[in-house]
Amino acid sequence: MYKKARYLPAGDKGIVVEFGSTIKTQINQKVRSMFLALEQCQLPGILELVPTYRSLMVFYDPLVWEFNKLLVELEKIEASLASFKLPKPRVNLLPVVYGGEHGPDFQFVCQYTKLTPEEIIRIHTSTDYLIYMLGFTPGFPYLGGMDERIAVPRLEVPRTKIPVGSVGIAGSQTGVYPIESPGGWQLIGRTPVRLYDPSRTPPFLLQAGDYIRFYQVSSEEYQEIAQQVEKKRYILKTLDYVEKRS
Amino acid sequence: MGSIKVIKPGFLTTIQDLGRFGYQKFGMPVAGAMDEYALRIANLLVGNTEEEACLEITLVGPTLEFLDECVIALTGGDLRAQINGEDLPLWQACYIQKGDKLHFGGVKSGCRAYLAVAGGLEIPAIMGSKSTYLRGQIGGVEGRALWEGDEISFPALSAETLEVVNRKVPQDYQYDFSSLIIVRVVLGPQEDAFTLNEIKKFLEGKYQVTNNSDRMGYRLDGPRIHHKKSPDIISDGIAKGSVQIPGDGLPIVMMSDRQTTGGYTKIATIITPDFPKIAQAKPGDTIQFQAVSIEEAHEVYRQYETKIRILPDKFIYSPRQSYHCNNPFRKIINIKINGKEYLIEIEEI
Repeated sequence: MYKKARYLPAGDKGIVVEFGSTIKTQINQKVRSMFLALEQCQLPGILELVPTYRSLMVFYDPLVWEFNKLLVELEKIEASLASFKLPKPRVNLLPVVYGGEHGPDFQFVCQYTKLTPEEIIRIHTSTDYLIYMLGFTPGFPYLGGMDERIAVPRLEVPRTKIPVGSVGIAGSQTGVYPIESPGGWQLIGRTPVRLYDPSRTPPFLLQAGDYIRFYQVSSEEYQEIAQQVEKKRYILKTLDYVEKRS
Repeated sequence: MGSIKVIKPGFLTTIQDLGRFGYQKFGMPVAGAMDEYALRIANLLVGNTEEEACLEITLVGPTLEFLDECVIALTGGDLRAQINGEDLPLWQACYIQKGDKLHFGGVKSGCRAYLAVAGGLEIPAIMGSKSTYLRGQIGGVEGRALWEGDEISFPALSAETLEVVNRKVPQDYQYDFSSLIIVRVVLGPQEDAFTLNEIKKFLEGKYQVTNNSDRMGYRLDGPRIHHKKSPDIISDGIAKGSVQIPGDGLPIVMMSDRQTTGGYTKIATIITPDFPKIAQAKPGDTIQFQAVSIEEAHEVYRQYETKIRILPDKFIYSPRQSYHCNNPFRKIINIKINGKEYLIEIEEI
């Protein structure tokens, strides 16, 4: 983490506030603090904020802000972050049916890791994964913290169509596909929850800085939840995040 | 209520407004008009708010039939628009009669034209915007480009709208296309990934827009820019007009449908007032980048916004009115006899 953030111009409407040059929880927390502090103080002429792994993109109106004046204001907020009371992150509980038709690569992951199906599910469900940022496709969470014991290489030939809700592993990353898209992740299961639905309010369920915890459900439970999701009646379960859950 | 029927869709005709803001933090791209200037001016001409949705027409335009009378304005690139076979003036509010057919003869200059209809387009807003985001399949008409048979509704023509008919924007508000397109950039956010020599090469080089260019990004061909170390960074946010330099050293300009975040170094970002120039560039066109300071960029931005703000006071009401750009109750016909021009006015009694 840098001692002081770097402020980098991104054209005439954007400024990147960079807190570090690595993927680390502490750096990402700083991004989240800056993001929430800026949201709270509601400065005029701040158009949009985009938190990422280690920086915050601030889009502003150049008719309201001269670059140097905005810089002074942002530095002031940065200096006050030490005393900023960060709200507890939320843990989003995502039901997943593992293996079978919903996880076509589950057997491969067992063979590759030499672990039993139960062990893989136990390991995959026993971590709270930090949502470092959302990007790539609408609502796609970049997660950190997967156990290296279940790390597997990507598919040699990516699939052209991956069903929405598929849960996959690629390298030491795990993730969920929010929309049907091509991809090379090894698919181990599927969640009936829609991370992104443009016809729903709100369209997105996850926020950068929060966590995801997967839990196993049966095919029957999957179907039940899928029906509730379809009727837009499903409410995602969440918990307060408690650090160092083992 | 009136409507426009798509007879032929053209190469790529989509509904766009100024874009979908507030959702980039969830990974939702902004989309919106490639050429914001042309869209804003088209809307102002017909008396809309400047952010209203228009048809964005690309290279080979569609054939459209107006099933009801309306007032339209066409701005941006010159794609040889014709109404019932007669040239339709650009940068001008025009009265359209029921049954009129608009078609395009092909590119004369530029790449994209914007068609505004007085009163706006009846398209549902998704996350606050009518813009079509093709890859995400949302916005516009079913999240896709227009097809044959689509009908787009607009509010019925009002009497006060007729007052805007025939007004046009002054010459200095219209486009003047040149063979070399110079776009100004602010260096960064990752200019420190390059030596001064490489930055010099980037600014002195001439780059061609390749065929591998779309609403998401323009891939350019020209001098390759080398990184001090790696082309990769830890993914961060992407602004419209950011110029990425991937591992092969050839710049990619991030356009309207850009992803919200990315992991390539970005050497520079095109300034907002110059973005329309690249939005109007097509494969084969030549681009050169010119660096300005952020202070200069902001000065240019303020002038650009002022120019648009004062436009309503600068509209010109053309004395040479042609048949198709007319008040429906008053026809003015322009005829030539022995080289002399006469305007004949006919009024319904």
